[in-house]
Amino acid sequence: MKARRRFWNQFFEKSLTASAFISIAILLGIFILLATNGWKAFQDVGLEEFLSLERWNPSAYDTPSYGLGALLLGTALTTLGAIAIAAPLGVGMAFFLAEIAPVRLRNVLKPAVELMAAVPSVVMGFAGIVVVGPFLAQLFGLPNGLNALNGAILLAFMALPTIVSVSEDVVQAVPRTYKEASYALGANRWETLVQVTLPACYSGLLAAVMLGVGRAIGETMTVLMATGNATAVPTSFFSSVRTLTATVAIEMGEVPTGTTHYYVLFACALVLFIITLIINIVAEQIATQLRRKGQ
Amino acid sequence: MAMEEQHCLQIEKLHVYAGAKHILKGISLNLPRHQIIALIGPSGCGKTMLLRSINRMHDLDPNIRLQGSILFKGRNILDPRVDPVWIRRHIGMVFQKPNPFAKSIFENVAYGLKINGLKDKARIRAIVEESLRRSYLWEEVKDELDKSALELSGGQQQRLCLARAIAVSPEVILLDEPCSALDPISTAKVEETLLSLRQMFTILIVTHNLQQARRISDYTAFLYLGELVEYGPTAQMFEQPQQELTYNYLHGRFG
Amino acid sequence: MNLRTFWMRLGLASLVVCTLIVVAFMAALLFDLSWQGIPVLSWEFLTEFPQKGMTEGGIWPAIFGTTAVTLLATLLAAPLGVACAVWLEEYAGEGWLTQLTRAAVRNLAGVPSIVYGLFGLALFVQGMRMGASVLASACTLALLTLPAVIATTQEALRQVPRSLREGALALGATRWETTYSIVLPAALPGILTGVILALSRAAGETAPILFTGVAFYTRYLPASLFDEFMALPYHLYILATQHHEPEAVRPIAYGTAITLLLLVFLLNLGAFILRAQYHPKKRL
Repeated sequence: MKARRRFWNQFFEKSLTASAFISIAILLGIFILLATNGWKAFQDVGLEEFLSLERWNPSAYDTPSYGLGALLLGTALTTLGAIAIAAPLGVGMAFFLAEIAPVRLRNVLKPAVELMAAVPSVVMGFAGIVVVGPFLAQLFGLPNGLNALNGAILLAFMALPTIVSVSEDVVQAVPRTYKEASYALGANRWETLVQVTLPACYSGLLAAVMLGVGRAIGETMTVLMATGNATAVPTSFFSSVRTLTATVAIEMGEVPTGTTHYYVLFACALVLFIITLIINIVAEQIATQLRRKGQ
Repeated sequence: MAMEEQHCLQIEKLHVYAGAKHILKGISLNLPRHQIIALIGPSGCGKTMLLRSINRMHDLDPNIRLQGSILFKGRNILDPRVDPVWIRRHIGMVFQKPNPFAKSIFENVAYGLKINGLKDKARIRAIVEESLRRSYLWEEVKDELDKSALELSGGQQQRLCLARAIAVSPEVILLDEPCSALDPISTAKVEETLLSLRQMFTILIVTHNLQQARRISDYTAFLYLGELVEYGPTAQMFEQPQQELTYNYLHGRFG
Repeated sequence: MNLRTFWMRLGLASLVVCTLIVVAFMAALLFDLSWQGIPVLSWEFLTEFPQKGMTEGGIWPAIFGTTAVTLLATLLAAPLGVACAVWLEEYAGEGWLTQLTRAAVRNLAGVPSIVYGLFGLALFVQGMRMGASVLASACTLALLTLPAVIATTQEALRQVPRSLREGALALGATRWETTYSIVLPAALPGILTGVILALSRAAGETAPILFTGVAFYTRYLPASLFDEFMALPYHLYILATQHHEPEAVRPIAYGTAITLLLLVFLLNLGAFILRAQYHPKKRL
């Protein structure tokens, strides 16, 4: 081979390898940055206070307090609420698309739902203020609709495109022969669906929901705009809550670099990062097992 | 030196393992220059594996290990220090399914020339025409060389792949069941092409079709379960096989 | 009607109800935004600066800022992402390094956007001293979209039949020549689709630019990579929650929301058409 040809070949191949390393470096970089900055917060504040239900009041004049409890509860409330709404709706719609809907309807509805995933979170948040909030306020007779329920509903609809799309694929993948065997034994459509199709794609549906949850838990702008952002410990779905993500978004812009408050916000991000990492790994495990079973 | 002239390629005690499986078990085979050699045997006997070893196509698959040697131009092809690009430049290959690139007919044939550094446009044009003539495709496509190769019929695509392979003037051409995806008329055309190419190239063809082996090859090698059962001139092999196994295979006792 | 049939009807009807709820919610949302937003749109609205404390005028600097930052982010992310995907699909064996890279890419995709924002703040704004700027925001958005670009490029490369690679190799092409002249052109439509989708994601994101360069209001368009800028999603956030007269700016907020939504939907439509047009199985 000519020297020039060899040189360019090696040049490009080396660049490819280098670029692959960059993605590892970024993930490691994010983790190291969050960990080192977050660590300083644990040193300053202490884990006990951090996880307590004590009020989150980092900018108090005399004794600032950094209880993450209320914020974690806020995140948990909105996320769990979102799952409770999105999982049945999403799975139900997936079964409708895969088993009941005529092909032409399915070919319109599925892309339409998937397109909803493209709606920017800030637009969803805006919808929470102008559509969902007033609706909830009227329905339940509240002074305003900016509460955990509002956030949960919006997050549910942000997670739905993922859940519907993945679940529908999973349901479609159930072999026809299973269903035919069930029909041949005299079962009707609903019995076949519940007793044959559903068990066959159980773990796939779980993975779909997990992926949706992963999206909901890290969502920032929507909850920031729609949940009212009170730092008190929530008592119900009608409480105004503030999530971890919203806290970082609100306060990061205003804290001086290098203060305890600054590091505590990094610690919040670290907690978020670890939660989403765990969810992703679990979802991936389920999906891998599924593929293995498929083979 | 006499050997060197007579044999274009010498395979000696070739063993191929795929993971824990022992696929080729000590194959020794010499390819005489400017002849057509047919590799026959039931599916799964390792014919394709042998063919791909000669072109170092297994480099892409980390599961596959090779032992033994394949001598070509005084070098051992299996030696990792021998550049696979050099080997493939001199040993061409045509695959089971036609695989034209999503480029024009002309660009398909010119591809090998261009990557090998030929810049002279007139020369490229001349070689493309010559290669297409040799593969009996020229008359069918000469007015539409800029058409996408994907618009050709299956048989034409396979002859295009053959033209593409001979354009870089290799010494050996390996063909992996080149007609298995083709209709009888296309098959006849490809066979005609191969017979005429024998004057210039050494051709090793894997085929499932015993009649095809008989029609076009000078020598036939019969592989069974990873071992070379019998190898000899085609006429002799089909008339008077030396091994009972060969006889049974040729007479359709198993397949 | 016996009991079994009754349960079947009820069950199947519940699935229809689920679908109706989802569709109704989507429709209500889009209807409200369009109904109130589209009348606000006008040539002046799209091309003028905000006036009188944002209660009048247009959103031109936000449109400009979003376009500039998004394009720059894509320009940074696309080559890197495609290169990483090519390495993973065409070069990497099955070693631990490959496993690690795959895991890194997969998990990067799930990292919340606000975390990217913090990372961008610490690395680009403070660490690399870019300040809050177009460049710092673009870099942060590039990191955010990188996993998506890698994933879609990998998928596009996997659709390219192995026989094409072998065909080129058999002619004496090197691995790189095969990749560059045969595999990448065949995968190009798929890669472009992914890049457009990444563009649309970057355009709608707010959290990553929050601390890395977006401004409440600027009197001029950014003149260099180191200026602050306005962006559509942040502008909407400001108008909806941070303005002292939220009711007065509501029409402008609606206009901003519908502009952003149209922008994102158009990009997605483009990607959809591209994918439908050049489905790899149709061509090969």
